[in-house]
Amino acid sequence: MMEKMNFQSKNQASKLSAGTKWVGKWNKNPYRIIRTLGSGATGVVYLVETRSGQRAVKIGENKMSLTSEINVLKHFSKVRGNVLGPSLLDVDDIEIRGEMYPFFCMEYLKGEPLLDFAKKRGTEWVPVFIVQLLGDLDRLHQEGWVFGDLKPENLIITGPPSRVRWFDVGGTTKQGRAIKEYTEFYDRGYWGLGDRKAEPSYDLFSTAMIFIQTAYPHRFKKPADAGSDNLELLRRYISHSPPLLPYKKILIHALKGKYTDAQLMKKELMEAIDNRTAPKKTVEKQSRSVQPKRHRKKTKSKKYKEPQSFRTELILTASFLFLSSVLYFMGQWM
Amino acid sequence: MNAGKIKQILLLTDGCSNQGEDPAAVAAFANEKGITVNVIGILEHESNRGKGMKEVENIAASGGGVSQLVYASQLSQTVQMVTKQAMTQTLQGVVHGELRQILGEEREMEDLPPDKRGEVMEVVDDLGETVNLEVLILVDTSASMKPKLPMVQEALSDLSISLNSRTGNNNFALFLFPGKRKDTEKVLDWTPKINSLTDTFHRLTTGGVTPTGPALKSALYHFEKRRGKRSLIDDGEDEFPIEESGF
Ligand SMILES: Nc1ncnc2c1ncn2[C@@H]1O[C@H](COP(=O)(O)OP(=O)(O)O)[C@@H](O)[C@H]1O
Repeated sequence: MMEKMNFQSKNQASKLSAGTKWVGKWNKNPYRIIRTLGSGATGVVYLVETRSGQRAVKIGENKMSLTSEINVLKHFSKVRGNVLGPSLLDVDDIEIRGEMYPFFCMEYLKGEPLLDFAKKRGTEWVPVFIVQLLGDLDRLHQEGWVFGDLKPENLIITGPPSRVRWFDVGGTTKQGRAIKEYTEFYDRGYWGLGDRKAEPSYDLFSTAMIFIQTAYPHRFKKPADAGSDNLELLRRYISHSPPLLPYKKILIHALKGKYTDAQLMKKELMEAIDNRTAPKKTVEKQSRSVQPKRHRKKTKSKKYKEPQSFRTELILTASFLFLSSVLYFMGQWM
Repeated sequence: MNAGKIKQILLLTDGCSNQGEDPAAVAAFANEKGITVNVIGILEHESNRGKGMKEVENIAASGGGVSQLVYASQLSQTVQMVTKQAMTQTLQGVVHGELRQILGEEREMEDLPPDKRGEVMEVVDDLGETVNLEVLILVDTSASMKPKLPMVQEALSDLSISLNSRTGNNNFALFLFPGKRKDTEKVLDWTPKINSLTDTFHRLTTGGVTPTGPALKSALYHFEKRRGKRSLIDDGEDEFPIEESGF
Protein backbone atom coordinates (compact mmCIF):
# COMPACT_ATOMS: atom_id res chain seq x y z
CA MET A 1 0.00 0.00 0.00
CA MET A 2 1.14 3.52 0.52
CA GLU A 3 3.22 3.49 3.61
CA LYS A 4 6.53 3.57 1.79
CA MET A 5 5.64 6.74 0.04
CA ASN A 6 4.13 8.11 3.13
CA PHE A 7 7.18 7.29 5.12
CA GLN A 8 9.41 9.31 2.85
CA SER A 9 7.19 12.30 2.34
CA LYS A 10 8.02 15.15 4.66
CA ASN A 11 4.93 16.39 6.30
CA GLN A 12 3.81 19.96 6.46
CA ALA A 13 4.11 20.18 10.21
CA SER A 14 7.87 19.73 10.02
CA LYS A 15 8.31 22.77 7.85
CA LEU A 16 7.16 25.41 10.26
CA SER A 17 9.86 27.98 10.73
CA ALA A 18 10.79 30.07 13.72
CA GLY A 19 8.43 32.98 14.17
CA THR A 20 5.38 31.14 12.82
CA LYS A 21 2.30 32.19 14.77
CA TRP A 22 -1.07 30.53 15.07
CA VAL A 23 -4.20 30.36 17.18
CA GLY A 24 -5.70 27.00 18.08
CA LYS A 25 -8.91 26.12 16.25
CA TRP A 26 -10.96 25.10 19.27
CA ASN A 27 -9.47 26.77 22.32
CA LYS A 28 -8.11 29.88 20.61
CA ASN A 29 -4.80 29.96 22.47
CA PRO A 30 -2.03 31.84 20.63
CA TYR A 31 1.36 30.27 19.90
CA ARG A 32 4.64 31.43 18.37
CA ILE A 33 7.41 29.05 17.36
CA ILE A 34 10.86 29.71 18.80
CA ARG A 35 12.64 26.69 17.32
CA THR A 36 12.34 22.97 16.56
CA LEU A 37 13.17 20.68 19.47
CA GLY A 38 13.08 17.39 17.70
CA SER A 39 11.01 15.19 15.53
CA GLY A 40 9.82 11.75 16.32
CA ALA A 41 7.66 9.01 14.99
CA THR A 42 4.33 10.70 15.41
CA GLY A 43 5.11 14.34 14.98
CA VAL A 44 7.41 17.29 15.36
CA VAL A 45 8.11 19.00 18.65
CA TYR A 46 8.65 22.77 18.77
CA LEU A 47 9.68 25.13 21.49
CA VAL A 48 6.99 27.81 21.56
CA GLU A 49 6.15 31.03 23.30
CA THR A 50 2.71 31.08 24.87
CA ARG A 51 0.83 33.54 27.06
CA SER A 52 2.26 31.80 30.09
CA GLY A 53 5.85 31.39 28.90
CA GLN A 54 7.92 28.82 27.02
CA ARG A 55 6.32 25.48 26.34
CA ALA A 56 6.76 22.51 24.03
CA VAL A 57 4.21 21.80 21.32
CA LYS A 58 3.95 18.57 19.41
CA ILE A 59 2.22 18.75 16.05
CA GLY A 60 0.96 15.47 14.66
CA GLU A 61 1.85 13.96 11.31
CA ASN A 62 -1.77 13.61 10.34
CA LYS A 63 -5.28 13.82 11.65
CA MET A 64 -5.33 10.77 13.84
CA SER A 65 -1.79 10.78 15.18
CA LEU A 66 -1.06 11.84 18.75
CA THR A 67 -4.45 10.65 19.93
CA SER A 68 -3.08 7.78 22.01
CA GLU A 69 -0.36 9.95 23.47
CA ILE A 70 -2.83 12.67 24.39
CA ASN A 71 -5.12 10.11 26.00
CA VAL A 72 -2.31 8.91 28.22
CA LEU A 73 -1.15 12.42 29.13
CA LYS A 74 -4.72 13.27 29.99
CA HIS A 75 -4.96 10.33 32.36
CA PHE A 76 -1.69 11.41 33.94
CA SER A 77 -2.78 14.98 34.45
CA LYS A 78 -5.45 13.66 36.78
CA VAL A 79 -2.80 12.07 38.95
CA ARG A 80 -1.63 14.09 41.94
CA GLY A 81 1.81 15.62 41.69
CA ASN A 82 1.76 15.06 37.97
CA VAL A 83 5.27 13.77 37.56
CA LEU A 84 4.36 10.91 35.28
CA GLY A 85 5.12 12.81 32.11
CA PRO A 86 5.39 16.36 30.87
CA SER A 87 2.21 18.06 32.07
CA LEU A 88 -0.42 18.53 29.40
CA LEU A 89 -1.52 22.13 28.94
CA ASP A 90 -3.65 22.32 25.80
CA VAL A 91 -5.02 20.03 23.10
CA ASP A 92 -6.13 21.57 19.83
CA ASP A 93 -5.87 21.64 16.05
CA ILE A 94 -3.73 23.87 13.84
CA GLU A 95 -4.36 24.74 10.22
CA ILE A 96 -1.30 24.50 7.97
CA ARG A 97 -1.78 25.37 4.31
CA GLY A 98 -5.44 24.50 4.39
CA GLU A 99 -5.02 21.19 6.25
CA MET A 100 -5.87 20.54 9.87
CA TYR A 101 -3.27 18.90 12.11
CA PRO A 102 -3.70 17.97 15.75
CA PHE A 103 -1.30 19.35 18.32
CA PHE A 104 -0.85 19.48 22.05
CA CYS A 105 1.04 21.79 24.30
CA MET A 106 3.05 20.47 27.22
CA GLU A 107 5.64 21.46 29.74
CA TYR A 108 9.04 22.18 28.16
CA LEU A 109 11.63 19.79 29.53
CA LYS A 110 14.97 21.50 29.17
CA GLY A 111 17.96 19.23 29.43
CA GLU A 112 20.31 16.75 27.92
CA PRO A 113 19.79 13.18 26.69
CA LEU A 114 20.71 10.52 29.24
CA LEU A 115 23.56 8.98 27.26
CA ASP A 116 25.17 12.34 26.45
CA PHE A 117 24.97 13.35 30.05
CA ALA A 118 26.52 10.11 31.27
CA LYS A 119 29.32 10.45 28.76
CA LYS A 120 30.16 13.97 29.81
CA ARG A 121 29.68 13.82 33.50
CA GLY A 122 30.73 10.31 34.37
CA THR A 123 29.16 6.91 34.68
CA GLU A 124 28.73 7.30 38.43
CA TRP A 125 25.64 9.35 37.60
CA VAL A 126 23.96 6.46 35.88
CA PRO A 127 22.89 4.42 38.92
CA VAL A 128 21.51 7.58 40.48
CA PHE A 129 19.35 8.27 37.45
CA ILE A 130 18.22 4.68 37.41
CA VAL A 131 17.13 5.07 41.02
CA GLN A 132 15.15 8.18 40.08
CA LEU A 133 13.66 6.39 37.11
CA LEU A 134 12.62 3.44 39.26
CA GLY A 135 10.88 5.81 41.65
CA ASP A 136 8.88 7.29 38.77
CA LEU A 137 8.13 3.88 37.33
CA ASP A 138 6.86 2.73 40.68
CA ARG A 139 4.38 5.61 40.74
CA LEU A 140 3.37 4.91 37.16
CA HIS A 141 2.83 1.24 37.95
CA GLN A 142 0.78 2.06 41.00
CA GLU A 143 -1.50 4.08 38.78
CA GLY A 144 -2.06 0.95 36.72
CA TRP A 145 0.18 1.72 33.74
CA VAL A 146 3.34 0.38 32.17
CA PHE A 147 5.63 2.68 30.17
CA GLY A 148 6.40 0.15 27.43
CA ASP A 149 8.80 1.80 25.02
CA LEU A 150 11.36 2.76 27.64
CA LYS A 151 14.71 3.70 26.07
CA PRO A 152 17.40 6.36 26.41
CA GLU A 153 15.90 8.45 23.60
CA ASN A 154 12.81 8.91 25.69
CA LEU A 155 14.71 10.09 28.74
CA ILE A 156 16.10 13.53 29.39
CA ILE A 157 18.13 14.87 32.27
CA THR A 158 16.71 18.17 33.42
CA GLY A 159 18.23 20.46 35.98
CA PRO A 160 20.23 21.41 37.89
CA PRO A 161 19.48 19.69 40.15
CA SER A 162 19.84 16.79 37.75
CA ARG A 163 16.72 14.74 37.45
CA VAL A 164 15.67 12.17 34.89
CA ARG A 165 12.35 12.84 33.19
CA TRP A 166 10.61 11.04 30.37
CA PHE A 167 8.62 12.19 27.39
CA ASP A 168 6.91 10.34 24.61
CA VAL A 169 4.31 8.48 26.60
CA GLY A 170 2.63 7.24 23.41
CA GLY A 171 3.61 3.66 24.21
CA THR A 172 2.25 3.69 27.73
CA THR A 173 -0.10 0.77 28.15
CA LYS A 174 -2.67 -0.20 30.76
CA GLN A 175 -1.46 -3.08 32.89
CA GLY A 176 -2.59 -6.49 31.75
CA ARG A 177 -2.76 -5.53 28.08
CA ALA A 178 -0.33 -6.14 25.27
CA ILE A 179 2.53 -3.62 25.13
CA LYS A 180 1.61 -0.99 22.54
CA GLU A 181 5.09 -0.06 21.36
CA TYR A 182 8.55 -1.34 21.95
CA THR A 183 12.07 -1.17 20.63
CA GLU A 184 13.76 -4.53 20.22
CA PHE A 185 16.87 -3.90 22.25
CA TYR A 186 14.82 -3.01 25.35
CA ASP A 187 12.14 -5.62 24.76
CA ARG A 188 12.25 -8.83 26.73
CA GLY A 189 10.30 -10.59 24.00
CA TYR A 190 13.13 -9.93 21.55
CA TRP A 191 15.67 -11.47 23.94
CA GLY A 192 13.43 -14.46 24.51
CA LEU A 193 13.15 -13.55 28.17
CA GLY A 194 9.44 -12.99 28.48
CA ASP A 195 6.22 -11.98 26.77
CA ARG A 196 4.84 -8.57 25.87
CA LYS A 197 2.24 -8.29 28.56
CA ALA A 198 2.17 -4.90 30.23
CA GLU A 199 3.29 -5.59 33.78
CA PRO A 200 5.85 -3.81 35.98
CA SER A 201 8.56 -6.39 35.28
CA TYR A 202 8.38 -5.45 31.59
CA ASP A 203 9.58 -1.91 32.34
CA LEU A 204 12.17 -3.20 34.79
CA PHE A 205 13.69 -5.32 32.05
CA SER A 206 13.95 -2.25 29.82
CA THR A 207 15.44 -0.30 32.71
CA ALA A 208 18.16 -2.92 33.11
CA MET A 209 18.88 -2.76 29.38
CA ILE A 210 19.16 1.03 29.54
CA PHE A 211 21.61 0.65 32.40
CA ILE A 212 23.64 -1.83 30.36
CA GLN A 213 23.55 0.40 27.34
CA THR A 214 25.14 3.29 29.19
CA ALA A 215 28.28 1.13 29.19
CA TYR A 216 27.80 -0.03 25.58
CA PRO A 217 26.48 2.98 23.66
CA HIS A 218 26.30 1.00 20.45
CA ARG A 219 23.44 -1.38 20.92
CA PHE A 220 24.64 -4.91 20.42
CA LYS A 221 22.52 -7.60 18.87
CA LYS A 222 21.46 -11.01 19.97
CA PRO A 223 23.14 -13.91 18.17
CA ALA A 224 21.42 -15.10 15.03
CA ASP A 225 21.24 -18.63 16.37
CA ALA A 226 17.74 -19.10 17.74
CA GLY A 227 18.81 -21.54 20.41
CA SER A 228 21.39 -19.22 21.96
CA ASP A 229 21.43 -18.43 25.65
CA ASN A 230 20.75 -14.71 25.57
CA LEU A 231 20.76 -14.30 29.31
CA GLU A 232 24.27 -15.69 29.39
CA LEU A 233 25.30 -13.22 26.71
CA LEU A 234 23.91 -10.29 28.68
CA ARG A 235 25.57 -11.60 31.78
CA ARG A 236 28.91 -11.50 29.98
CA TYR A 237 28.37 -7.94 28.81
CA ILE A 238 27.68 -6.92 32.39
CA SER A 239 30.71 -8.78 33.75
CA HIS A 240 33.03 -7.16 31.22
CA SER A 241 32.09 -3.64 32.17
CA PRO A 242 33.60 -2.18 35.36
CA PRO A 243 30.81 0.38 35.85
CA LEU A 244 28.15 -2.34 35.59
CA LEU A 245 29.83 -5.07 37.57
CA PRO A 246 28.81 -3.86 41.05
CA TYR A 247 25.17 -4.01 39.98
CA LYS A 248 25.35 -7.35 38.27
CA LYS A 249 23.08 -9.18 40.65
CA ILE A 250 20.38 -6.55 40.45
CA LEU A 251 20.61 -6.33 36.68
CA ILE A 252 20.35 -10.07 36.21
CA HIS A 253 17.43 -10.20 38.58
CA ALA A 254 15.63 -7.57 36.54
CA LEU A 255 16.49 -9.27 33.26
CA LYS A 256 15.04 -12.49 34.57
CA GLY A 257 11.83 -10.70 35.49
CA LYS A 258 12.26 -11.55 39.15
CA TYR A 259 11.40 -8.10 40.46
CA THR A 260 7.67 -7.75 40.55
CA ASP A 261 7.78 -4.11 41.54
CA ALA A 262 10.05 -1.15 40.93
CA GLN A 263 10.25 -0.25 44.60
CA LEU A 264 12.18 -3.38 45.47
CA MET A 265 14.65 -2.96 42.64
CA LYS A 266 15.12 0.65 43.65
CA LYS A 267 15.82 -0.32 47.25
CA GLU A 268 18.42 -2.92 46.30
CA LEU A 269 20.06 -0.57 43.85
CA MET A 270 20.35 2.11 46.51
CA GLU A 271 21.97 -0.37 48.86
CA ALA A 272 24.43 -1.37 46.18
CA ILE A 273 25.31 2.28 45.54
CA ASP A 274 25.82 2.76 49.28
CA ASN A 275 28.17 -0.20 49.44
CA ARG A 276 30.23 1.13 46.62
CA THR A 277 30.47 4.80 47.30
CA ALA A 278 31.52 4.48 50.92
CA PRO A 279 35.33 4.26 51.11
CA LYS A 280 36.68 3.07 47.77
CA LYS A 281 37.90 5.96 45.67
CA THR A 282 39.80 3.71 43.29
CA VAL A 283 36.72 2.16 41.80
CA GLU A 284 35.34 5.52 40.92
CA LYS A 285 38.51 6.49 39.12
CA GLN A 286 38.28 3.37 37.11
CA SER A 287 34.86 4.15 35.80
CA ARG A 288 35.93 7.66 34.93
CA SER A 289 38.93 6.45 33.03
CA VAL A 290 36.63 4.86 30.49
CA GLN A 291 35.36 8.27 29.56
CA PRO A 292 37.91 10.10 27.42
CA LYS A 293 37.82 7.78 24.45
CA ARG A 294 34.12 8.00 23.99
CA HIS A 295 34.14 11.66 24.81
CA ARG A 296 36.01 12.57 21.68
CA LYS A 297 33.50 11.25 19.24
CA LYS A 298 30.77 13.46 20.59
CA THR A 299 28.13 11.05 19.47
CA LYS A 300 24.70 12.55 19.35
CA SER A 301 21.79 10.65 20.71
CA LYS A 302 20.37 10.57 17.21
CA LYS A 303 22.98 7.98 16.40
CA TYR A 304 21.56 5.46 18.78
CA LYS A 305 18.23 5.69 17.08
CA GLU A 306 19.67 3.39 14.46
CA PRO A 307 17.89 0.07 14.98
CA GLN A 308 14.89 2.19 14.74
CA SER A 309 11.87 1.80 16.87
CA PHE A 310 9.33 -0.09 14.84
CA ARG A 311 6.97 2.46 16.16
CA THR A 312 8.19 5.13 13.82
CA GLU A 313 6.78 3.24 10.95
CA LEU A 314 3.86 1.90 12.87
CA ILE A 315 2.50 5.26 13.83
CA LEU A 316 3.14 6.83 10.48
CA THR A 317 1.56 4.07 8.57
CA ALA A 318 -1.18 3.26 11.01
CA SER A 319 -2.42 6.80 10.95
CA PHE A 320 -2.15 7.05 7.22
CA LEU A 321 -3.83 3.72 6.84
CA PHE A 322 -6.57 4.89 9.07
CA LEU A 323 -7.31 7.67 6.67
CA SER A 324 -7.39 5.33 3.77
CA SER A 325 -9.50 2.88 5.71
CA VAL A 326 -11.98 5.61 6.45
CA LEU A 327 -12.39 6.15 2.76
CA TYR A 328 -12.53 2.48 2.11
CA PHE A 329 -15.11 1.69 4.71
CA MET A 330 -17.17 4.61 3.61
CA GLY A 331 -17.71 2.60 0.51
CA GLN A 332 -18.39 -0.54 2.45
CA TRP A 333 -21.10 0.45 4.81
CA MET A 334 -23.25 2.42 2.51
CA MET B 1 -19.54 -2.98 21.18
CA ASN B 2 -18.82 -6.50 20.05
CA ALA B 3 -16.24 -6.68 17.33
CA GLY B 4 -16.43 -10.42 16.86
CA LYS B 5 -13.48 -11.87 15.11
CA ILE B 6 -10.80 -10.64 12.75
CA LYS B 7 -9.56 -12.87 9.97
CA GLN B 8 -6.31 -12.35 8.19
CA ILE B 9 -4.10 -14.11 5.72
CA LEU B 10 -0.45 -13.19 6.12
CA LEU B 11 1.64 -13.89 3.07
CA LEU B 12 5.43 -13.92 3.27
CA THR B 13 7.15 -14.01 -0.08
CA ASP B 14 10.23 -12.74 -1.85
CA GLY B 15 9.06 -12.26 -5.34
CA CYS B 16 6.99 -13.02 -8.34
CA SER B 17 4.38 -15.67 -8.59
CA ASN B 18 4.82 -17.74 -11.72
CA GLN B 19 2.08 -20.29 -11.66
CA GLY B 20 -1.69 -20.25 -11.54
CA GLU B 21 -4.15 -17.40 -11.28
CA ASP B 22 -3.37 -13.79 -10.40
CA PRO B 23 -2.88 -13.64 -6.64
CA ALA B 24 -4.32 -10.11 -6.53
CA ALA B 25 -7.61 -11.43 -7.85
CA VAL B 26 -7.74 -14.12 -5.19
CA ALA B 27 -6.91 -11.49 -2.58
CA ALA B 28 -9.72 -9.27 -3.79
CA PHE B 29 -12.08 -12.19 -3.49
CA ALA B 30 -10.85 -12.97 0.03
CA ASN B 31 -11.47 -9.37 0.96
CA GLU B 32 -15.04 -9.73 -0.24
CA LYS B 33 -15.41 -12.58 2.17
CA GLY B 34 -14.21 -10.51 5.09
CA ILE B 35 -10.68 -11.86 5.14
CA THR B 36 -7.90 -9.31 4.96
CA VAL B 37 -4.77 -10.23 3.01
CA ASN B 38 -1.51 -8.75 4.28
CA VAL B 39 1.75 -9.24 2.46
CA ILE B 40 5.33 -8.97 3.55
CA GLY B 41 7.86 -8.79 0.77
CA ILE B 42 11.26 -10.00 1.83
CA LEU B 43 14.09 -8.16 0.13
CA GLU B 44 17.50 -9.54 -0.64
CA HIS B 45 19.16 -6.21 -1.31
CA GLU B 46 18.14 -2.94 -2.93
CA SER B 47 18.24 -4.45 -6.39
CA ASN B 48 15.25 -6.73 -6.15
CA ARG B 49 12.87 -3.93 -5.30
CA GLY B 50 11.37 -4.48 -8.73
CA LYS B 51 8.51 -6.34 -10.26
CA GLY B 52 7.98 -8.89 -7.54
CA MET B 53 7.62 -6.13 -5.04
CA LYS B 54 5.00 -4.39 -7.10
CA GLU B 55 3.04 -7.61 -6.87
CA VAL B 56 3.35 -7.54 -3.11
CA GLU B 57 1.69 -4.15 -2.98
CA ASN B 58 -1.00 -5.16 -5.42
CA ILE B 59 -2.00 -8.25 -3.52
CA ALA B 60 -2.33 -6.37 -0.24
CA ALA B 61 -4.18 -3.48 -1.84
CA SER B 62 -6.67 -5.86 -3.41
CA GLY B 63 -6.88 -7.85 -0.20
CA GLY B 64 -7.76 -4.78 1.85
CA GLY B 65 -4.63 -5.28 3.89
CA VAL B 66 -1.23 -3.88 4.66
CA SER B 67 2.01 -4.53 2.82
CA GLN B 68 5.57 -3.91 3.77
CA LEU B 69 8.91 -4.55 2.16
CA VAL B 70 11.62 -5.58 4.53
CA TYR B 71 15.05 -7.16 4.78
CA ALA B 72 15.07 -10.58 6.36
CA SER B 73 16.95 -9.27 9.37
CA GLN B 74 14.09 -6.94 10.31
CA LEU B 75 11.39 -9.48 9.78
CA SER B 76 10.28 -9.95 13.38
CA GLN B 77 9.33 -6.35 14.01
CA THR B 78 7.66 -6.06 10.67
CA VAL B 79 5.55 -9.18 10.89
CA GLN B 80 3.97 -8.23 14.19
CA MET B 81 3.63 -4.61 13.13
CA VAL B 82 1.83 -5.43 9.92
CA THR B 83 -0.51 -7.84 11.66
CA LYS B 84 -1.43 -5.36 14.36
CA GLN B 85 -1.74 -2.53 11.90
CA ALA B 86 -4.13 -4.48 9.75
CA MET B 87 -6.12 -5.38 12.81
CA THR B 88 -6.34 -1.75 13.89
CA GLN B 89 -7.28 -0.77 10.39
CA THR B 90 -10.16 -3.21 10.34
CA LEU B 91 -11.31 -2.15 13.79
CA GLN B 92 -11.12 1.52 12.97
CA GLY B 93 -13.28 0.78 9.98
CA VAL B 94 -15.84 -0.94 12.16
CA VAL B 95 -15.80 1.77 14.80
CA HIS B 96 -16.00 4.42 12.18
CA GLY B 97 -18.99 2.70 10.66
CA GLU B 98 -20.77 2.66 13.99
CA LEU B 99 -19.78 6.23 14.54
CA ARG B 100 -21.34 7.41 11.35
CA GLN B 101 -24.59 5.81 12.32
CA ILE B 102 -24.54 7.97 15.41
CA LEU B 103 -23.11 11.13 13.94
CA GLY B 104 -24.70 10.99 10.53
CA GLU B 105 -23.12 10.39 7.17
CA GLU B 106 -21.52 13.77 6.81
CA ARG B 107 -19.39 13.70 9.91
CA GLU B 108 -15.82 12.51 9.73
CA MET B 109 -13.52 11.64 12.55
CA GLU B 110 -11.49 14.81 12.15
CA ASP B 111 -14.59 16.97 12.46
CA LEU B 112 -14.80 15.82 16.04
CA PRO B 113 -13.23 17.96 18.71
CA PRO B 114 -9.94 16.50 20.03
CA ASP B 115 -11.61 15.16 23.17
CA LYS B 116 -14.09 13.03 21.28
CA ARG B 117 -11.41 11.82 18.90
CA GLY B 118 -9.54 10.52 21.91
CA GLU B 119 -12.56 8.62 23.11
CA VAL B 120 -12.99 6.95 19.74
CA MET B 121 -9.33 5.97 19.76
CA GLU B 122 -9.75 4.37 23.16
CA VAL B 123 -12.58 2.27 21.84
CA VAL B 124 -10.36 1.10 18.98
CA ASP B 125 -7.57 0.32 21.46
CA ASP B 126 -9.94 -1.64 23.68
CA LEU B 127 -11.18 -3.68 20.75
CA GLY B 128 -7.66 -4.35 19.53
CA GLU B 129 -6.83 -5.79 22.91
CA THR B 130 -9.85 -8.04 23.23
CA VAL B 131 -10.91 -9.02 19.73
CA ASN B 132 -10.34 -12.59 18.63
CA LEU B 133 -7.91 -13.02 15.80
CA GLU B 134 -7.38 -15.71 13.21
CA VAL B 135 -4.22 -15.52 11.16
CA LEU B 136 -3.44 -17.94 8.43
CA ILE B 137 0.24 -17.63 7.59
CA LEU B 138 1.29 -18.48 4.09
CA VAL B 139 5.02 -18.85 3.54
CA ASP B 140 6.68 -18.90 0.15
CA THR B 141 9.29 -21.66 0.23
CA SER B 142 10.49 -21.41 -3.33
CA ALA B 143 14.24 -21.93 -3.68
CA SER B 144 15.25 -18.29 -3.22
CA MET B 145 13.51 -18.22 0.16
CA LYS B 146 15.61 -20.99 1.62
CA PRO B 147 18.26 -18.82 3.35
CA LYS B 148 15.53 -16.64 4.84
CA LEU B 149 13.53 -19.39 6.46
CA PRO B 150 15.29 -19.28 9.84
CA MET B 151 14.35 -15.59 10.05
CA VAL B 152 10.80 -16.42 9.05
CA GLN B 153 10.63 -19.01 11.76
CA GLU B 154 11.85 -16.54 14.34
CA ALA B 155 9.48 -13.84 13.16
CA LEU B 156 6.55 -16.19 13.52
CA SER B 157 7.32 -17.12 17.10
CA ASP B 158 7.81 -13.43 17.77
CA LEU B 159 4.38 -12.76 16.31
CA SER B 160 2.96 -15.38 18.60
CA ILE B 161 4.55 -13.64 21.61
CA SER B 162 3.08 -10.29 20.63
CA LEU B 163 -0.40 -11.48 19.91
CA ASN B 164 -0.60 -13.84 22.85
CA SER B 165 0.23 -10.94 25.15
CA ARG B 166 -3.25 -9.63 24.31
CA THR B 167 -6.40 -10.54 26.18
CA GLY B 168 -8.23 -11.72 23.07
CA ASN B 169 -7.86 -15.21 21.67
CA ASN B 170 -5.63 -16.05 18.74
CA ASN B 171 -5.59 -18.84 16.27
CA PHE B 172 -2.79 -19.47 13.85
CA ALA B 173 -2.46 -21.83 10.93
CA LEU B 174 0.61 -22.27 8.78
CA PHE B 175 0.73 -23.19 5.11
CA LEU B 176 3.76 -23.45 2.87
CA PHE B 177 3.89 -23.22 -0.89
CA PRO B 178 4.82 -24.87 -3.15
CA GLY B 179 3.97 -28.07 -1.34
CA LYS B 180 5.47 -31.50 -1.92
CA ARG B 181 2.78 -32.76 -4.23
CA LYS B 182 0.21 -29.99 -4.22
CA ASP B 183 0.47 -26.23 -4.63
CA THR B 184 0.18 -25.77 -0.93
CA GLU B 185 1.06 -27.80 2.10
CA LYS B 186 -0.59 -27.41 5.46
CA VAL B 187 1.99 -27.78 8.19
CA LEU B 188 0.09 -26.41 11.16
CA ASP B 189 -3.67 -26.46 11.60
CA TRP B 190 -5.47 -23.92 13.79
CA THR B 191 -3.61 -23.58 17.03
CA PRO B 192 -3.44 -20.83 19.67
CA LYS B 193 0.37 -20.71 19.78
CA ILE B 194 3.19 -20.98 17.30
CA ASN B 195 6.20 -22.48 18.95
CA SER B 196 7.65 -25.73 17.81
CA LEU B 197 8.23 -24.75 14.23
CA THR B 198 11.89 -25.67 14.24
CA ASP B 199 11.26 -29.09 12.79
CA THR B 200 8.91 -27.88 10.14
CA PHE B 201 11.41 -25.56 8.56
CA HIS B 202 14.33 -27.91 8.91
CA ARG B 203 12.71 -30.75 7.06
CA LEU B 204 11.68 -28.49 4.26
CA THR B 205 12.55 -29.13 0.67
CA THR B 206 12.25 -25.89 -1.20
CA GLY B 207 10.70 -25.94 -4.63
CA GLY B 208 11.17 -24.09 -7.88
CA VAL B 209 7.80 -22.64 -8.78
CA THR B 210 5.87 -19.96 -6.93
CA PRO B 211 2.13 -20.62 -7.16
CA THR B 212 1.08 -17.64 -5.06
CA GLY B 213 -2.44 -17.41 -6.46
CA PRO B 214 -3.36 -21.06 -5.90
CA ALA B 215 -1.77 -20.90 -2.45
CA LEU B 216 -3.95 -17.96 -1.48
CA LYS B 217 -6.90 -19.89 -2.75
CA SER B 218 -6.24 -22.87 -0.52
CA ALA B 219 -5.78 -20.50 2.40
CA LEU B 220 -9.16 -19.02 1.67
CA TYR B 221 -10.65 -22.46 1.36
CA HIS B 222 -9.22 -23.41 4.72
CA PHE B 223 -11.03 -20.50 6.35
CA GLU B 224 -14.25 -21.52 4.68
CA LYS B 225 -13.90 -25.11 5.77
CA ARG B 226 -13.47 -23.98 9.33
CA ARG B 227 -16.53 -21.84 9.16
CA GLY B 228 -18.53 -24.61 7.51
CA LYS B 229 -17.61 -27.13 10.15
CA ARG B 230 -18.36 -24.77 12.95
CA SER B 231 -21.70 -23.61 11.73
CA LEU B 232 -22.96 -27.16 12.11
CA ILE B 233 -22.42 -26.77 15.82
CA ASP B 234 -23.28 -23.16 16.43
CA ASP B 235 -24.57 -20.78 13.88
CA GLY B 236 -24.30 -17.67 15.95
CA GLU B 237 -20.66 -16.84 15.31
CA ASP B 238 -20.01 -13.14 15.38
CA GLU B 239 -18.60 -12.06 12.11
CA PHE B 240 -17.74 -8.67 10.84
CA PRO B 241 -20.31 -7.21 8.57
CA ILE B 242 -17.77 -7.20 5.78
CA GLU B 243 -19.95 -9.17 3.45
CA GLU B 244 -20.27 -6.39 0.93
CA SER B 245 -17.50 -4.27 -0.28
CA GLY B 246 -17.07 -1.11 -2.22
CA PHE B 247 -14.36 -2.45 -4.42
N1 LIG C 1 8.29 18.20 26.56
C1 LIG C 1 9.42 18.26 25.85
N2 LIG C 1 10.38 19.15 26.19
C2 LIG C 1 11.52 19.22 25.46
N3 LIG C 1 11.82 18.47 24.39
C3 LIG C 1 10.90 17.58 24.00
C4 LIG C 1 9.66 17.42 24.71
N4 LIG C 1 8.96 16.46 24.08
C5 LIG C 1 9.72 16.04 23.06
N5 LIG C 1 10.88 16.68 22.99
C6 LIG C 1 11.95 16.48 21.98
O1 LIG C 1 11.38 16.10 20.75
C7 LIG C 1 11.87 14.84 20.32
C8 LIG C 1 10.77 14.00 19.70
O2 LIG C 1 9.73 13.82 20.63
P1 LIG C 1 9.07 12.43 20.93
O3 LIG C 1 7.95 12.67 21.86
O4 LIG C 1 10.11 11.44 21.32
O5 LIG C 1 8.52 12.08 19.51
P2 LIG C 1 7.96 10.69 19.02
O6 LIG C 1 7.02 10.22 20.07
O7 LIG C 1 7.23 11.06 17.77
O8 LIG C 1 9.14 9.81 18.81
C9 LIG C 1 12.45 14.18 21.54
O9 LIG C 1 13.50 13.35 21.24
C10 LIG C 1 12.89 15.38 22.37
O10 LIG C 1 14.19 15.76 22.02
